[in-house]
Amino acid sequence: MIPAPVISIENLTVTYGRRPAVHHVEGCFDSGSLTAIVGPNGAGKSTLMKAVVGLLAPAEGCIRWDGIDRLRDIAYLPQQAEIDRSFPITVGDTVVAGCWREIGVLRGVTPVLWRRAIEALSAVGLEGFGRRLIGSLSAGQFQRVLFARLLLQEAPVILLDEPFTAIDGRTTADLLALVRRWHGESKTIIAILHDFDLVREYFPMTLLLARELIAWGPTREVLAPANLLVMRRMSEQWDDDAVTCSRRAA
Amino acid sequence: MWHALVGPFMEYGFMRRALVACLALAIGSGPIGVLLLLRRMSLVGDAMSHAVLPGAAIGFLLAGLSLWGMTIGGFVAGLSVAILAGVVSRNTALREDASFAGFYLASLALGVLLVSTHGSNIDLLHILFGTILAVDNASLFLVGGIASFSTLALLAIYRPLILECFDPGFLRAIGGRGSLHHLAFLVLVVMNLVAGFQALGTLMAVGLMMLPAASSRFWAREVWTMALTAMSIAFLSGFIGLLGSYRFGLPSGPAIVLTASLFYIVSILTGRHGGLLSQFMAGRHLTG
Repeated sequence: MIPAPVISIENLTVTYGRRPAVHHVEGCFDSGSLTAIVGPNGAGKSTLMKAVVGLLAPAEGCIRWDGIDRLRDIAYLPQQAEIDRSFPITVGDTVVAGCWREIGVLRGVTPVLWRRAIEALSAVGLEGFGRRLIGSLSAGQFQRVLFARLLLQEAPVILLDEPFTAIDGRTTADLLALVRRWHGESKTIIAILHDFDLVREYFPMTLLLARELIAWGPTREVLAPANLLVMRRMSEQWDDDAVTCSRRAA
Repeated sequence: MWHALVGPFMEYGFMRRALVACLALAIGSGPIGVLLLLRRMSLVGDAMSHAVLPGAAIGFLLAGLSLWGMTIGGFVAGLSVAILAGVVSRNTALREDASFAGFYLASLALGVLLVSTHGSNIDLLHILFGTILAVDNASLFLVGGIASFSTLALLAIYRPLILECFDPGFLRAIGGRGSLHHLAFLVLVVMNLVAGFQALGTLMAVGLMMLPAASSRFWAREVWTMALTAMSIAFLSGFIGLLGSYRFGLPSGPAIVLTASLFYIVSILTGRHGGLLSQFMAGRHLTG
């Protein structure tokens, strides 16, 4: 059976001001797929992911979420740099926010939900960390906390923005095992990564981006030398003499 | 001793009203100050307290020293500056602090200009520094009403506010409407500043909001305990400040804010979490 697309990207351009960070990207993420998004710094990887989550609006083109509710069915792991880790909140309170669907703005956290949060912490190897402040954790421990929050969200689509950056090998291995477990449960997983060896070993599909789409498909084909050469030629600078883009949506 | 502490409040109605006003301000402003602090908006609170001035001045010009005229004017002016500054920072290259600074300076200058040209220096002093000892029953109901509403509203939006503070991307991804809650929070900030301005004036109103909040960071670990600590320090500052003002014939508003400043300095020196003494006099390291 051919898997159905769960997120379709149609001629997507996302801009900061008039400058495109993602330029005329087209393709789809199939249901149950495990896809790595790779590309150099400034390639628009996080911008593309934020557009998929709905945090950034397209300047042109569109994104379709087929058969899923964007707010309920997508779990998003932001980069650690976007989170204020000095904020005085406990690990338990951080994780239980993953139950947003159940608790919303006003409803209380029931003992059942607390138990689920504790179980999620155990699943990521952080038993007994519930009362600790997030500011007291290492980068790797904090990433485990964010994965525990993802566990509680129980979403069929999971988006991870640089989940293994600046964490040690053991934590990477543990969290990767969790990602593979999710893949085994037929969840759709999209992760922004920089480690090509890890991508080749564990991610069947890859999207190679350098502001424009270079290739999207099976990892072995996408990470071919010719494509990587194109990627390396990509300039991180905006072109001050760039002319107005004349490409239009079909 | 007992008489020295409670005597003035037993004997004089104006002292009792001032103390109750301080209690209401502490309950309302304490948690708001803590959230401003944690959102790195401490100076924004200061800027907004100044921004209240032209509205209060216009209310004063239209209706004299009318409670409702100055309250509504101050609220409209403060909220306008908050919204304008927010719109500018979200849609231009200017950051929120610079945007607030620009609008509050214009607002403060306009307020001083209005009162100076159409009122007396005494009027200006009243608006700038307030007169907590002149708080009447109507003002007390207003301050108490704002504190009650603020507490209930804050409880209602507490969860998304906290999430928006430390992980705004996650909140937006789950549809938590961060901007809406941020705006609701700014409304609460302005309301509490307007309440504070009735008692302490526009220049001092932010004192009972930010100084106890900054002090609480040295004593409490979590947001809710910080809020309770800030409330307690704010009320104690009001109590001690009023007593000092009565005993030594000092202006009450500055006496209260100076007391809060003393709590702040003591907290910096002796606070359990990150205070100077706790760092210099730390015992031997633990085993794990």
